[in-house]
Amino acid sequence: MSSIVIVLFDGFAFGMLLFVLSVGLSVTLGLMNFINLAHGAFGMLGGYAAVTAMRLLGFPFLLALPTAFLAAALLSIVLERTLFRRLYGAPELNQVLLTIGMVFVAAAIATYLFGTVQQVIILPSWLRGSVEIAGMRFGVYRIFLIGIALIVTALLVFGLERTRLGAQIRAAVDNQRVAKGLGLDVEKIFGITFALGSGLAGLGGALAVEIVGLDPSFGFHFLVYVLIVVSVGGLGSITGSFVGAALLGIFDVAGKYFWPEIGSFLIYLLLVAILFVRPLGLFGKR
Amino acid sequence: MNQAMSANANVDTARQWLKRQSRWSPFEIVFWLALLLPFFLFPTYLPLASQIAIAALFALSVDLILGYAGIITLGHAMFFGLGAYAAALLAKAGWSEPLTGLLFAGVFAGLIGFITSFMIVRVQHLALLMITLGLGVLTLELANAMSWLTGGTDGLRVPRTWPIFNYFRFDLWGYTSYGYTLAVLFICFLLSRLLVNSSFGLALRGIRENVKRMPAIGSDHHRHLQKIYTISAAMAGLAGALLAQTTSTVALDVLSFTRSADVIVMLVLGGTGRLYGAIVGAIIFLVARDQLAGINPQYWYFWIGLLLMVVVLFMPKGILGFLSRLAGRRDND
Repeated sequence: MSSIVIVLFDGFAFGMLLFVLSVGLSVTLGLMNFINLAHGAFGMLGGYAAVTAMRLLGFPFLLALPTAFLAAALLSIVLERTLFRRLYGAPELNQVLLTIGMVFVAAAIATYLFGTVQQVIILPSWLRGSVEIAGMRFGVYRIFLIGIALIVTALLVFGLERTRLGAQIRAAVDNQRVAKGLGLDVEKIFGITFALGSGLAGLGGALAVEIVGLDPSFGFHFLVYVLIVVSVGGLGSITGSFVGAALLGIFDVAGKYFWPEIGSFLIYLLLVAILFVRPLGLFGKR
Repeated sequence: MNQAMSANANVDTARQWLKRQSRWSPFEIVFWLALLLPFFLFPTYLPLASQIAIAALFALSVDLILGYAGIITLGHAMFFGLGAYAAALLAKAGWSEPLTGLLFAGVFAGLIGFITSFMIVRVQHLALLMITLGLGVLTLELANAMSWLTGGTDGLRVPRTWPIFNYFRFDLWGYTSYGYTLAVLFICFLLSRLLVNSSFGLALRGIRENVKRMPAIGSDHHRHLQKIYTISAAMAGLAGALLAQTTSTVALDVLSFTRSADVIVMLVLGGTGRLYGAIVGAIIFLVARDQLAGINPQYWYFWIGLLLMVVVLFMPKGILGFLSRLAGRRDND
């Protein structure tokens, strides 16, 4: 019984990590229909930025997290202006190829700068260890992770539902042509959303180092997870990403814990089954 | 009466157009003759040459669905691997005759392709990418879990293939291997050429250009897509079987995502939507990899990534498309 609770808890924490990593892609995909396979690479960038900031500049962990966010957001603005923008409305194959090319290049650059070794982050002592509740031990860092994800969710929901920019983003997602007709600068809105989404991926990357480690294959490895979350949850839906990420995290951890032989097989079976029944994802509208 | 005649005339011009498209140009004949050169000029590279022929056949199978029908797949290695394992297991069961083994693998991969095609035609865009990717990884995980059958990560050793027609032995130097793979590639190429220059091929291009308009003009696009997907899966299975028969080993990497990605890279380098793109892309990709084998694979992927970005931004029709534009020729499609 207690092992089931622990597995559920660990799975949910892992799911929250996936949520922070992928929610940005969900919104930008819903907004511009741009298939950005390099999203996981922004996560990797955030991870390396956090590691570097802590090791070379001596930043504390809590300051390294916003650094990761900023680094990924800034680079994404540059790349959006120079590369991504050229392919809006281009055939999806071209978008897939350009962004997968970027993942290859990013992995090679990471290898060149940091080598293929696993990077580690030294957590402050208050985030280490575990607490005991009702006879079960919960990792402090995982509680912290869930807390961060819930804060991010609250900020996103508040931002989308209550602010002017949020209203503009929702309008642009619902119907881009009408939004343009009403005088909204959809390109600018997209640029901002893209930067925020990539920043969140960077934050997720920094948070992930402690859980899954960090090496140059991070961009590829997490790309599959991120894409599963986005496609299962449905494009442009924060609720969808949240549910999709939680489901994936729980199934992934539980599958590997209870059925180690076929755990990852079950994940993909679930993916194919869900997409076969609902090609637009669980919460997708179009 | 008059109308009927003019309609007839239209049909005739359409036929003539198709006929014109399928006429052999001298370039093509020279190209295929040049593929015989490794026998005489670089006999030490024959094993590489048969690898290239296998990769070209695989790329050709992807070109049929990606280049002509517009189905983007991230998991076609699934059929390559299924074909390889089918041929290998048949040989392990005691039947190592190459041609029937090839046929068996092709039919098996085609059958799985037909079953999965019901899923493929239902979805588009991101869901299509994810279903093909998901099915590909699913197959890999399944093969990994069934290690009693597939040998798992250690791979399978395939018994030596019997001589072709009971005459051509598989030699150490790869003369027979290259001749065999090249012949299969050529036959599949001829079939593909017939296919894309038929009215069926035209219907596929119509689907690629506009999925919604084809049913509106009375073309059953689901049926067409299923047909070409099955054919493509069978062809990928043939390529996998060739690999198993000529190298005598099959490991899990025949099913890997990298293989699915590499084949798309080859195709895009050569140029999608043209049959020669698949072959030229495979030659460039594998020769470059062979020449750069000394460097760290991570850096090899740096150049691949950069090349992909350059091709997408500046040569959207691949190297062949770029060349034919340089030569000032009107594009065929």
